[in-house]
Amino acid sequence: MHPGKDDACVLRLEDVTKVYSGIVAVRHANLALRRGAVNVLVGENGAGKSTLMRIIAGVEKPSIGRILMDGEEVEFHSPADAQRHGIGMVFQELNLFGNLSVAENIFATREIMRGVRGIDHRAQVEKANHFLDKLDAGINAETLVEDLPIGQQQLVEIAKAISLDTRILILDEPTSALSAAEVDVLFKVIGELKAQGVAIVYISHRLEELMRIGDYITVLRDGQITGHAMVRDIDTKWIVRSMIGSDAKDFAKSVDHRLGEEIFRAEDICLPRKTGGLAVDHVSISVRAGEVLGIYGLMGAGRSEFFECVMGQHAHSTGSIRVGGVEVAGRDTSRRIREGLALIPEDRQREGLVQALSIASNLTLASLDRFVRFGFHIAGERERSAIKSAIRDLSIKAPNPDFEVTSMSGGNQQKVVIGKALMTEPKVLLMDEPSRGIDVGAKADVFRTMRRLAGEGLAILFSTSDLEEVMALSDRIAVMSNGRLVAVIDRRDATEELIVKASAEGHKTTRELAQ
Amino acid sequence: MTTATTTTDATDVSSGSVLLTLMKLRTFIALFAVIAFFSIFAPNFLSTANIILMSKHVALNAFLAMGMTFVIITGGIDLSVGSIVGLCGMVAGGLILNGIDLQFGFTVYFNIVEVCLITLAVGVAIGAINGLLITKLNVAPFIATLGTLYVARGFALLSSDGQTFPNLVGKPELATTGFAFLGSGRVLGLPVSIWILIVVALAAAYVAKYTPIGRHIFAVGGNERAARMSGIRVDRVKMFVYMFSGFCAAIVGLVISSELMASHPATGNSFELNAIAAAVLGGTSMSGGRGTIGGTIIGAFVIGILSDGLVMMGISSFWQMVIKGIVIIVAVVVDQAQRRLQQQVTLMQLAKKG
Repeated sequence: MHPGKDDACVLRLEDVTKVYSGIVAVRHANLALRRGAVNVLVGENGAGKSTLMRIIAGVEKPSIGRILMDGEEVEFHSPADAQRHGIGMVFQELNLFGNLSVAENIFATREIMRGVRGIDHRAQVEKANHFLDKLDAGINAETLVEDLPIGQQQLVEIAKAISLDTRILILDEPTSALSAAEVDVLFKVIGELKAQGVAIVYISHRLEELMRIGDYITVLRDGQITGHAMVRDIDTKWIVRSMIGSDAKDFAKSVDHRLGEEIFRAEDICLPRKTGGLAVDHVSISVRAGEVLGIYGLMGAGRSEFFECVMGQHAHSTGSIRVGGVEVAGRDTSRRIREGLALIPEDRQREGLVQALSIASNLTLASLDRFVRFGFHIAGERERSAIKSAIRDLSIKAPNPDFEVTSMSGGNQQKVVIGKALMTEPKVLLMDEPSRGIDVGAKADVFRTMRRLAGEGLAILFSTSDLEEVMALSDRIAVMSNGRLVAVIDRRDATEELIVKASAEGHKTTRELAQ
Repeated sequence: MTTATTTTDATDVSSGSVLLTLMKLRTFIALFAVIAFFSIFAPNFLSTANIILMSKHVALNAFLAMGMTFVIITGGIDLSVGSIVGLCGMVAGGLILNGIDLQFGFTVYFNIVEVCLITLAVGVAIGAINGLLITKLNVAPFIATLGTLYVARGFALLSSDGQTFPNLVGKPELATTGFAFLGSGRVLGLPVSIWILIVVALAAAYVAKYTPIGRHIFAVGGNERAARMSGIRVDRVKMFVYMFSGFCAAIVGLVISSELMASHPATGNSFELNAIAAAVLGGTSMSGGRGTIGGTIIGAFVIGILSDGLVMMGISSFWQMVIKGIVIIVAVVVDQAQRRLQQQVTLMQLAKKG
């Protein structure tokens, strides 16, 4: 793993470890970035790629370890510090000011001044247009960023990074919102930068892209570097193997039970994207009682959007949904919940919990109607006993249900969100990334709960971008890519490679269509 | 941070808890402080007559503050209540004096109960307009209610060309007498307006604690997205709080014109600010999700006693404004400090458990 005395090495991380409160995000990582090459970084969500890059970009400081630049130890106290050393980064979440123009965004914090006469807007626009033309973006530097579709915003972000005139350019999933043609242009620009000797760090989930553009590849798993190689020496199988490893995590054993009748059917679900195209593209799927359907897909594959359509969160979505053979008539979330659907949202803090309320109030929030007497009075006894049994069934570690929900750990908060959904007595449970951001023990609890519920005859659809999880928990695996359902595979026939390949399917076909 | 938690021992935690309890009780403490202060320095402050008079003043603000509390808990604001007070007073006065002119020689008069009900309906209707603007047309609450503030005040002035409707005794043959009962009547020695306040306050506190709509009000203010995801009909909840706020304002309009036996279109000017102050003083968080009816009532009493007491001490009304402002700012500063301390104490308790 030590590249030795390599002249081409511009920046090196030595034995870097990063610890957040209780969680080791990166452990003992050694990484060398070579100039004039594309250094690819892969790994599953939460493997520590982004943390590593944030350390290089000066956003985070390593807990232990050194950063060497041209053989000399450096310390970055802020992103501006790293920028002075010639490091630029395009973040996965776009960091743009929607209310400012493209040029103003590109030159934010380093405006071109005309002394006391203020900002030289004309020079900024001229220069910005120069960088945008390089990317063939077809964007006018004077437009407001918020008026641009998301793909073009990503190009603006890239143009901004290029304009920094960097020696090291980090691109964190730069193509997630780009069309095939735009990706080609980006790759051309990357090629030019490479020729100028810039070291490029490229993070992506799309293995195809990595194979096409990468020179060196580094694989991360659970915060550790598990593989390092030249791209030309390896194949996708090697990547998948290094990404997943062989040591199994603690998954609940799938209990054998008979599947019941088909209880959930979604037909032709479509959701137009704000910026054109379809976020959910004619998805049809059915699930039987007692079945666990895992939906695998990369970020932006349309899984969350599909779940939101099912729950009636989008007024302009189309298609039909049946629960127990009866078409769901209600258009809004509260009627859908009454008809037997329930969702555990992906973003616990923003969509799952009311932070100001107690653990108890959060649990019963969606099902208060069950405890009402005379049409308006909440019967305290009935509510309390239901809360008690939910806390017991889900093994929520809540010392006092009247405490604020934020006083618990992430895993227990997630159990509260699950409890809230279960209290509505659903027939179909949708879980959007149920294991995100919770510790290993809570994860195991959540998985056990899922199996138990399936055993009790609930139909469960869950989404994940964790290969291992989808393989271990599902009875059937559906793969979504670019808004489309590209494959539904029976558990017995599924292999990791098959799933990874399918998850990039949606992008490939758009590329073929584009040509 | 880690070193701080490891070195803190049990005494620090308990002293933190004591301080926290004191801060939680701050509105009570403030109430006792102003009462103690004025009973020493203001003559006749503790006489029964004065207490009842003050309570009547406080009641007016307390009604508005209760409506405001629900609105603020959902994360909104209602600036129109002062104008609704004015308009509802004019509606009641106009109906008693002039009835409704049907244009072709007939005039419809309502009896006094009907007048009151119609007035309340007008208040609720303006609240409904606020709610519709905010939920269906997506106007920010501040702007929507600022708009209705002007519109309602304008209609109040138009209704009489800016004149006062005087002498609302009514005529026995039209069954419009007895309006004075609301403002100056007494039942079991207490003014009627106080009785109404007690009833409405108990009902509001009950709604907040024991009904689904009450729980939903807190949920919407705490996290609107999560509330929507949980199947709560957020729009309905918002409609409810603005309509309730309008209802409370209509009560105040009725009580004031009944006390004066006259309706003046400028009545209620800037009442909304006093109501917001009372709610905030009572621990309602302007960012939504937190607040209690009981706290708001105490807040209204603190503000009311403060201004009446200062008048009795003969302190200039200009100084009164300064003092009131300082009290409100201090209240919010303490509120923030309590929030921070609360988090620290929770963290320490978690750390102690391991």
